[in-house]
Amino acid sequence: MGRMVEIQGLRKEFGPIVAVDGVSFSVAQGEVLGFLGPNGAGKSTTMKMVTGFLTPTAGTVKICGYDIQEDPLEAKARLGYLPEGAPAYQDMTPAAFLKFVGEIRGFRGAELDRRIDETVAKVHLGSVMDQTIETLSKGFKRRVGLAQAILHDPPVLIMDEPTDGLDPNQKHEVRSLIKAMARDKAIILSTHILEEVHAVCTRAMIIAKGKVITDGTPGELERQSPLHNAVTLALTGVNPQDIHAALGMVPGAGKVEDLGHEGDLWRFRVYPAHGQSIVTEVSRCIRDHGWDVVELYVEHGHLDEVFRMLTEPRQALT
Amino acid sequence: MNIGRIGVIFRRELASYFATPIASVFLVIFLLLSGAFTFYLGGFFLRGQADLLPFFDFHPWLYVVLIPALAMRLWAEERKSGTIELLLTMPVTMGEAVIGKFLAAWCFTGLALILTFPMWVTVNILGEPDNGVILAGYVGSWLMAGGFLAIGSCMSALTKSQVIAFVVSAVVCLAFILSGFPLILDFFSGWTPHMILSIISSFSFLTHFQSISKGVLDLRDLVYFVSLIVFWLFATAILIDMKKAE
Repeated sequence: MGRMVEIQGLRKEFGPIVAVDGVSFSVAQGEVLGFLGPNGAGKSTTMKMVTGFLTPTAGTVKICGYDIQEDPLEAKARLGYLPEGAPAYQDMTPAAFLKFVGEIRGFRGAELDRRIDETVAKVHLGSVMDQTIETLSKGFKRRVGLAQAILHDPPVLIMDEPTDGLDPNQKHEVRSLIKAMARDKAIILSTHILEEVHAVCTRAMIIAKGKVITDGTPGELERQSPLHNAVTLALTGVNPQDIHAALGMVPGAGKVEDLGHEGDLWRFRVYPAHGQSIVTEVSRCIRDHGWDVVELYVEHGHLDEVFRMLTEPRQALT
Repeated sequence: MNIGRIGVIFRRELASYFATPIASVFLVIFLLLSGAFTFYLGGFFLRGQADLLPFFDFHPWLYVVLIPALAMRLWAEERKSGTIELLLTMPVTMGEAVIGKFLAAWCFTGLALILTFPMWVTVNILGEPDNGVILAGYVGSWLMAGGFLAIGSCMSALTKSQVIAFVVSAVVCLAFILSGFPLILDFFSGWTPHMILSIISSFSFLTHFQSISKGVLDLRDLVYFVSLIVFWLFATAILIDMKKAE
């Protein structure tokens, strides 16, 4: 199917404020794109424009080839959307609400019943179908929101903070559901939770001040971390100055950081000069000196560190 | 414009009145007040005439309070709870959503009017009224309710606060009733041309409604109410589009 969501030069101004400033990207079938960014970065505004709720100041959005402004009904028919906070008509029961959503989307009779049954089974709503939505717990409300978004099995699914406010079990459940659907859909979700990017996203995009700062796989993002491929080791019974000096001589090593000591157990971290893997060189150095190493591990970049570095450059790690 | 989708939105909206106490409270208050006004203030028995004029005469004043209360939630609630984002990202057009919700409220007032049938039964037992005039009165009252509702729908689109929506639409509705009265006309007379003055006074709900409730179903009065509804619903759609970002 190729690109199911195509976004070109999207821009939104609210009076003098530029909320989204020239965002372009596309999402293909099978991709789960995670939207990251601080609060107020323009994530929700972008999603509201992609789903056709807000009219962009400039730029175009195409859903499966249909322009959301020129051909809104066709585009919206191919779109499932879970807005922030999963709004729903509070005085309705999930049964009535899903029936309403299904009918709006043009399903009737047996087809409607089948879709509701399937969706309810998928998101485990069966036990609360006849209570009004306002009496449901947060987790169930979120499931109702998810159910309305996937009821018509849309090729494009857009979710604004789908796991916000859920407990760890519920988060896990929602993520499993997203992963299960990912293969034949194009999914965009926004999140604050960086572990979620690892858990479900095939691609991550960091947005700050309305602009796309970086776009890549979660692994690629992690590699931007200065910590990436650093080697941390702990050893005993040696002179720390000697170790510091010896580690500095390891081929490919950059800075050596002294992480302090507990008794005579000393911890050091060796950063690679250019982000490459240096664990082989470090272990050869250890062998050559005959040190007693208690711990040795390779650091992976932390997404939240990259996130902070990219979105708040002034407070970047030293 | 897809009738099927208007119907789906209409049914959901209408059902929501009955899912909450709104329906019962509104119907009971409407029936109580319209009865009380007719018999106590309107002097239904004292007049000694078999017609429903004292009943219909109080409708505009009843509507000034009750219709904004019914209309205030139409859009303000959708915006407050965020469901507007859900509704407008589904494959429906703005027009379908505005019309569907308006029609639900309008049919609900129609139901309230139908439930006043004991009044009609009473007058038919007591005398021999002209039932054509009474029917015209009902049609006129329902059209007027539609006009008030369309105004209320527009004011409800203005704000997230139902209280503000209620107060503003009550004031605008009152202005539309009184626009033939000195209260409003004095404000404009003296500095506006006579033609504008007569246009303002021709906007009065009261003059149009009174001519219908006397049994004269004039095309001009029908056109007046229908175009009024269309105008305010159109304004509703534009306002929602402008204000949905907030």
